Amino acid sequence: MDIASGLMHGFAVALAPTNLWWCFVGVLLGTLVGIMPGLGPPATIAMLLPLTALMNPAGAIIMLAGIYYGAKYGGSTTSILLNVPGESASVVTCIDGYQMARKGRAGAALGIAAIASFIAGTFGVLALMLVAPPLARLALAFSSPEYFALMALGLAMVVLLAGRSMLKALLAMLLGLWIAGIGTDVFTSTSRFTFGRMELLSGIDFVVVAIGVFAIGEVLANMEGREEPRALPVPKGLRNLMPTMQDMKDCRFAFANGSIIGFLIGVLPGAGSTIASFISYGVEKAFSRRREQFGTGVIEGVAAPEGANNSETGGALVPLLTLGIPGSGTTAILLAALVLWGFKPGPLFIAENPSMFWGLVASMYIGNVMLLILNLPLVPLFAQVLRAPVYVLYPVIIGLSVVGVYSVSGSFFDIGLLAGFGLLGYVMRKLDYPSAPLILGLVLGGAMERALRQSLMMSEGSLSILVARPISAAILLGALLILLIPFFAKLNNWRLRAMEEENK
Amino acid sequence: MRWRSPDCWSGLALAALGGYIVFAASGWDYLTADGPGPGFFPRWYGVAILVLSLALVVASGRGQVVDWRGSGRALATWAAFAASLALMKALGFVLAFVAFTYFVVAIMYRRRPLLAALTAAALGGAFYLLFPLALGVALP
Repeated sequence: MDIASGLMHGFAVALAPTNLWWCFVGVLLGTLVGIMPGLGPPATIAMLLPLTALMNPAGAIIMLAGIYYGAKYGGSTTSILLNVPGESASVVTCIDGYQMARKGRAGAALGIAAIASFIAGTFGVLALMLVAPPLARLALAFSSPEYFALMALGLAMVVLLAGRSMLKALLAMLLGLWIAGIGTDVFTSTSRFTFGRMELLSGIDFVVVAIGVFAIGEVLANMEGREEPRALPVPKGLRNLMPTMQDMKDCRFAFANGSIIGFLIGVLPGAGSTIASFISYGVEKAFSRRREQFGTGVIEGVAAPEGANNSETGGALVPLLTLGIPGSGTTAILLAALVLWGFKPGPLFIAENPSMFWGLVASMYIGNVMLLILNLPLVPLFAQVLRAPVYVLYPVIIGLSVVGVYSVSGSFFDIGLLAGFGLLGYVMRKLDYPSAPLILGLVLGGAMERALRQSLMMSEGSLSILVARPISAAILLGALLILLIPFFAKLNNWRLRAMEEENK
Repeated sequence: MRWRSPDCWSGLALAALGGYIVFAASGWDYLTADGPGPGFFPRWYGVAILVLSLALVVASGRGQVVDWRGSGRALATWAAFAASLALMKALGFVLAFVAFTYFVVAIMYRRRPLLAALTAAALGGAFYLLFPLALGVALP
C-alpha cells in the first residue's frame, strides 16, 4: 500500500464515528492528565489499559495515543500558570512561560504553546507517515539474531533514560528482566521464581507492574506534601489568548526548530521528549538575536520546546511500530498494549495491520486539530482542573488502579502485587532509581530471552552468530555506541540536565 | 558513614536478590541438547545484578542524601491502602474504598469529618455507578 492510498484508508478508519469518539476521549483525557501535576501519561495509559480489552483495537490505540500526545498539549498550561510542569516534557516551558504569565501575558503564552504544538505535532505525524513504512521494509530481513540485537539496542537506551546514576538505571533494568522471567519457561515448561505460588506460573502481568510503579508510586510520592499549589489566572476570551502578529513572526524559526529537532530526537529510542524540548530550547537560544532575554519571558522560549515535545511523539512511534522498540515508559506501555491485543509491533506490523497503522496516523492528524480547538478557546475551562482538590484526585487514581488490575485478572493476588509494586515505585523514587528502565527491561525481557535462545539454537550454541550477520552486527555496534554516550561529555551534560529537571 | 547510606542498603538488598537468582538458576539446565536452557538467561542477569549492586555498595557513601521528610505521610497512605485491600475481601470494594478515602481526606489532609465522609461516600457511589452499573466491569 503506497502512502496516499494508505492515508486514504487511514482516514476511512479514523473517521468512523466510534474511532472519532475514542480519538476525542483520548485527547480530552490527555489534556486533563497533562494539566494535572502528579498524574502522567504512563500512569493514565497503564490504568486504562485493562479497560481497552473490551474495545476494538483500532479505537483503543487511537485513544491511548490521544492520551500520549494530548498530555503534551495540556502540560504547558500548568507550566505557564503554575510554574510546575504538568508533564515532564513541559519542564522547559516553565522557564519563559511562567515569566510571561507573571508579566500579564499568560494568554499569549498559552496560545503560542497550543499553536506550536499543533504545527510541530502535525509535522511529526507527517514525518512518521513518510519514514515508518520504508524503515519497516528495511527491517523485513530480520531474523532472531537481528531481533536480539534490536532488544539489546532497546536495553542500551537505558543509558539515556538513566538519571544521575548509571549503576542504578542498569540495576532497575535488570530488575525488570528478572520480573519478566518470573513464570513458566515457554521452551521447557520449567517454573522459574514462582516461590511455589500457582498464581505466578503464568508470570506477572505487565499491567500490575506498570500501574503499581507509575500510578501508585506517583500518588505516594505526591502524598508527601500537604500543600496545594495556586495557579495564576487565565485571561478570558479567545482574543486574549491569541498571540500577536509580531509574536508569530518572532516564533517562525522556533516552529521549524521544534518540529525538526523534536522528530529527530523522537526517532532515537530512549532520548525522549524532555531531552527534545531542552535541545530545542538550547538551539533557539543559541541562534536568537535576543538570547540574553531568554528566561525573562521570551515567546520563542515557549514555542520551541512545546513544538519539540509534540513533534517528538511522531518520532517516538517510528521505532515502536517498525522495530518494536519502545524508547520511554509511555511507549513501553503502548507496546504492551499492542501485545495484549494480539499484535506484534515490528517490521511486519504495518504490512499486516494497515488499518491499525494508517488509522492511527490519520487519527493523529484529526487529534491535533481537536487539541488545537480544545486548547485555545477552552483553556480557561481546563485551567479549572487545577482547582480540583488533591484529596479527591488521589483516592480516585488509587481506586481506578485497583479496578484496572482486577478487571485484567479477577485475582486478589494481583491486587496484593499492585500494592507491593506501588511501594517499590515509591521507594525507587526516593532512592533515585529511575522507573523507566525497569519497565523497559520488563517489556523487552521475555522477547530478548526468546530471541537469544532461538539465535543460539540456530548457531548450535555459538555466540558468533550475533556478530557474523551484518545487520545484527551493525545494530549491536549502535548499542555499544549508545552505551559509550556517558563518556562524551557534552552529550552527557545535555542528558543529565534533562533528566535532573525531569526528576524535580 | 557508608553504612548509613541508602545506596549501600539498597545495593546490599539487590546483591541478595542477585545471589538468589544465581542460586535458583543453578538448579535449572544451563545448556540442553536443543540449545540454551531455562537457567541460561537468569544466570547472566543474576550475575550482572550481583556485580553491579556490589559496585553500588562500594561507590556508596559519597554524600548522597535522601530527603525522608514527608515519607511518613506516604507510607501511612500505603499502609492504609494495604489495609483497605485486606478489608476488600470481606467487605467488597466499595466499602473498603470509602474507608480508604475517608482516611486520606480526614487524616492525611485534615479536612472536617463531615466533608471527608461526604467525599468518601460520593466517590464510592461514583465507582459503583460507573463500573458495575454503567460499564459492566466487575469490582473486586
